[in-house]
Amino acid sequence: MWKKVYEWLDERLGLNDLYKNILDHPEPKGTWWNTLGSAALFLFILQGVTGIFLMVYYTPSPDHAYDSINYIMNGVAFGWLIRGIHHWGATLMIIVVFIHMLRVFVTASFKYPRELTWLVGVGLFILTLGMGFTGYLLPWDQQSYWATTVGTQIAGSVRFIGDFILKALRGGPDLSALTLQRFFAAHVWMLPAALAGLIGVHLYLIIKHGESHFPSKED
Amino acid sequence: MPDNDISRRSFITAIAGIVGGIIGVAIGVPAIAYLLDPAFKSSAKEAWIPIGKLADMQVGKPYQFSFTRVEVNGWERTSTSHGGFVIRKSDSPNDMIIFNSRCTHLACTVNWEADAQAFICPCHDGKFSEDGVVLAGPPPRPLDRYTDFRLTNDGILEIFYKGS
Repeated sequence: MWKKVYEWLDERLGLNDLYKNILDHPEPKGTWWNTLGSAALFLFILQGVTGIFLMVYYTPSPDHAYDSINYIMNGVAFGWLIRGIHHWGATLMIIVVFIHMLRVFVTASFKYPRELTWLVGVGLFILTLGMGFTGYLLPWDQQSYWATTVGTQIAGSVRFIGDFILKALRGGPDLSALTLQRFFAAHVWMLPAALAGLIGVHLYLIIKHGESHFPSKED
Repeated sequence: MPDNDISRRSFITAIAGIVGGIIGVAIGVPAIAYLLDPAFKSSAKEAWIPIGKLADMQVGKPYQFSFTRVEVNGWERTSTSHGGFVIRKSDSPNDMIIFNSRCTHLACTVNWEADAQAFICPCHDGKFSEDGVVLAGPPPRPLDRYTDFRLTNDGILEIFYKGS
C-alpha cells in the first residue's frame, strides 16, 4: 500500500532522483567537526519554529513587550520551554556557526573551488550575529534596553556617517517604540529571509562541490 | 545467522523509529498545548458583587448602582463598567427587581426619568416601564435582569454577575 503511494509520488516528484543527486554522495573520511554545518542548519530551523511559536503571544510594543514575555513564561503552557529553547538555541547557534567557520578555516576548505561557499558563509555568520543583536532587544527590559543603547552607539561612532547609521538603526535619535518595531521586523522577517536565501546558496554549493578532503601531508 | 534473528539494519530502523516517535511526542504535545493554551483556560468571570445597603433602597424609588469588572486577557487588563437599578416592590427583602441598565437595543445606558416614571435610553429614545417592559422606541425586548441576588448578614445586597 505505502509502496504504491510512494511509487505514485516518486513518478511525479522524482524523489529517488532527488535523493541520489542531493544526499547520496560519497563522503571523504570526516570527523565530528564536519557535522557542525548540519548542526547550524538544524539550529536555524529550531530557532525558526520556536520563533514562530513565540510570535503567537509576543507583541513588539513598549507598553506590552515585557508583559507579553512575562505571560509566555508564567501564563502559557510550556511557554517557558519554547522561550528557553529559543533563548539557549540562539547562544548555541552563534557558537556552532563560529566553530563551523573556524573548522573550515583550519582545514583550508575555503580554497578553490569553494571560495564562494566561504564568502556566502561569512554573510551567514554576519546575519546570525544580526539575529542575535536584534533579538536581544525584544524583551524590552533594562538589560536589553541598555545593551541596544550601547550597541547602536558603537555603530554610531563611525566617522562622518555615524550619526546617520545611529538614527537609521534606532529609527530616530533615541531608543523608542520605532526601535523596537524595526528590530522586531528585522528579527522575524528581513534577517531570517536573507538567512534562508543564503543558506539555499550555501547548500547548493556544498551539493555541487561535495565536502572537501582533509589536507594531507603533501598539501 | 539463523533466519529468525532480526538483522542489524532492521533493528536500527526500528529503534530509530521508536526513539523518533518518543521525541515527536515529547515535542508535539508541548507545542500543541502551547498553541491551544487559551482555549483550555476557564474564564472565571462570575462573582457576587455587592451593590449597596438594603436600608438605602427605598420602596418604589429606583436605586441606581454601578460596578466595574477588570478582565485580564494575557498581558492586557480591560475594565468594563456595569450598572443597573434596584426596584423594591415592598418592604419584603426578596420582593424586588434588579435591572441591568444596558439598553437592549444597542447597549447604551438607560436613565430613570422620574417625571415620565420610565427608563429612557438617551441614544434612540427607547422607553421602558418600571417593570422593564418596552413602552416605546426600538428596543427588541425588556430590560435584562439580575435574577440571582442575596442579602448578607450586614444588610448588603449582592448580585450574581455571570459575565456579559
